[in-house]
Amino acid sequence: MSAIAAILLVLATAMLAAGLAYRLALWLAAPVPLSIPTMPAPLTRGGAAMRVGREMLLFHSLFRADKPLWAASMAFHLGLALVLLRHLRYVVAVPPAWLVAIQPVGRLAGWMMMAGLLFLLARRLLVPRVRMVTRTGDVAVLVLLLAIGTSGLVTTYLLHTDILAVKAFLTSIWRAAPEGLPPDPTFLLHLLLAILLLAIVPFSKLLHAPGLVFSPTRNQPDGSRRYRRPARWARTLAGGGQ
Amino acid sequence: MSAFEPPPLADEVELAAPPALVPGAMAHSRPYVAAPAHNQALGFPGERVPDWERRAVEKLGELLERSRALRVFLDSCVKCGACADKCHFFIGTGDPNNMPVARQDLLRALYRRHFTVAGRMLGRHVGARDMDEALLQEWYTYFHQCTQCRRCSVFCPFGIDTAEISMAAREIMDAIGLGQKYSNEIIGKVHKIGNNLGLPEPALANTLEGLEEDVLEQSGAAVKFPLDVHGADVLLVTPSADFFAEPHVDGLIGYAKVFHQAGISWTLSSHASEAANFALFIGSYEQMHKIAQRIRQAAIDLGVKRIVFGECGHAWRVAYAFLNTLAGPWDFLDPAYPVPQHIVEVTHELIRRGGIVLDRDTNAGKTVTFHDSCNVARASRMGDAPGGQFVLPREVIKAAVPSFVDMHPDTTHDRTFCCGGGGGLLTDDLLELRIKGARPRMQALKEVVEQQGVTHMAAICAICKTQFAKVLPAYGFPMEMVVSLHQLVGQAIRLG
Repeated sequence: MSAIAAILLVLATAMLAAGLAYRLALWLAAPVPLSIPTMPAPLTRGGAAMRVGREMLLFHSLFRADKPLWAASMAFHLGLALVLLRHLRYVVAVPPAWLVAIQPVGRLAGWMMMAGLLFLLARRLLVPRVRMVTRTGDVAVLVLLLAIGTSGLVTTYLLHTDILAVKAFLTSIWRAAPEGLPPDPTFLLHLLLAILLLAIVPFSKLLHAPGLVFSPTRNQPDGSRRYRRPARWARTLAGGGQ
Repeated sequence: MSAFEPPPLADEVELAAPPALVPGAMAHSRPYVAAPAHNQALGFPGERVPDWERRAVEKLGELLERSRALRVFLDSCVKCGACADKCHFFIGTGDPNNMPVARQDLLRALYRRHFTVAGRMLGRHVGARDMDEALLQEWYTYFHQCTQCRRCSVFCPFGIDTAEISMAAREIMDAIGLGQKYSNEIIGKVHKIGNNLGLPEPALANTLEGLEEDVLEQSGAAVKFPLDVHGADVLLVTPSADFFAEPHVDGLIGYAKVFHQAGISWTLSSHASEAANFALFIGSYEQMHKIAQRIRQAAIDLGVKRIVFGECGHAWRVAYAFLNTLAGPWDFLDPAYPVPQHIVEVTHELIRRGGIVLDRDTNAGKTVTFHDSCNVARASRMGDAPGGQFVLPREVIKAAVPSFVDMHPDTTHDRTFCCGGGGGLLTDDLLELRIKGARPRMQALKEVVEQQGVTHMAAICAICKTQFAKVLPAYGFPMEMVVSLHQLVGQAIRLG
């Protein structure tokens, strides 16, 4: 049991790393042959990096687009970030003071994440124009996240699992015989679904996270009258100016 | 289709209210297909190639290797729908395929099917589709219902730009022999003659002479419209619509008066007698490059020191954002000036330092608003600071007219609504679509007309001007409401 879980976890992590590396390699191999930032754009590289940062941390464009969607999205993503942070204590041998201190916040964040997800799912199913562009895969990802969140909250509040055993397992997965997982069904479900989530990131719309960083309309500075950027494939074109 | 009458504008401005979905509402709207000769003139197959399904997939693969933007945009969409109600064509038609996300998904379907693991394994459940006649017909219909105005990209949390997607789709369609008549025919004319109208040098010279006579008669000043003058300081590259269309030509007269009064020597070129670069609309870098080379050649041949562009939205995008890459380096020009410059930058600077003087009283009775052209607003800049493309035109207008009013802030600056005619759609076979697409702008205009007494709407884009002259009457406004920005300047400038 523990061995199977360990193998799946390692496998999923490997898929995540290899899949992301492959995807990023494809992105980086393709040039950006023209200057296409959505204007107005910052004039410097640093400014453009700040713009991407504002998008990543504050969802600035989404805020301008749709306030309720922004709030739900922020609740989910921020909640997830805090929950993940809280999970660090299951792998760090001696949790530092701040990690201990944020545990209650992390528990609250779990609820925030679930509220955000429920709003997103309801919106997806109830708003006709969003429903129109929804495919099975879009619902499936939300359901997967909801299931991970629900099983996590259940183990936190109702059916406590032996977290010391969990920690022992997670810190021993590299050994030939990893230490025993607690045999609680809710917890095992939680772990299994989380493993599944890790594995599908590079093959699904969860690519939106790295996508934002590589989006030319957001990460390019506005400097096209100062700098030329002919792509390698474009340099073979006939005519002057190459 | 020309008999299409839009429903009346709402009494209350409801910019925020998304329309009810009307599936298939615009399924009948398609532009004329290019004749074989139009395609072949650009090096595209004249007619549908035999194994077009396979060729379309292959072309998509080529484009993915040429553009990181395309790859990232196709991979990153989460279908959140933030873009859905931001498109003027969706607002104006209610057709769900006009939601930017749905439009993108028409291309994404083929991408998913052939270039992703999930699409190969799960097919329709993740939106993957094979290329077939039905999908191709949807492409032709709905990728010609996008003006590539980039309003959706402003609101997308990942900056996905539907313009890039629709350009790629049009490029694929050209590669399999399914071109759009309007754009391809015009690009052919530029390659052959030098401008979109197919206006040869003698006719252009004749037109400019006529303008000199008109201006002399009206103002008493001997304002010149020089053509192919070697050694002039400024090469003016302007949309060919400026040579004959209303109100465009009044803008050209305005530029000429500015140069005249400021004592700047300038010339037009018969070789590069077109600022427009419709190759942008069909997404073809090669065609865009070829057209841009005419400007480089003209600048070298005429020995000019600066290049200035007239009022044209997509032309200014190609000029500001692409020209340096497409046809630079411009090291043979005067380094004291950015290359290229916009005529509004020139006029703004002259007003600021007193090189020209404007008299607002000459425009008495006019209350003017300004339509931010999509390509100027969201794809370029003017002046030194970000957002100068919003500030400079407004300051020039305010210097020329007694009263200026802005439209609703959800419809100006980078949130401006497209006129409904850009992106290669300014053709009569798409008139119903154009009228419907203009609706959000017309609604915002109605508000300032009724509440603040706006009499005129200034534009700095040849396509916007033509489009508004056509669609304003459909919404009960006089077509003369749309004016060129430099028409106001030309009216107000003190000559002599």
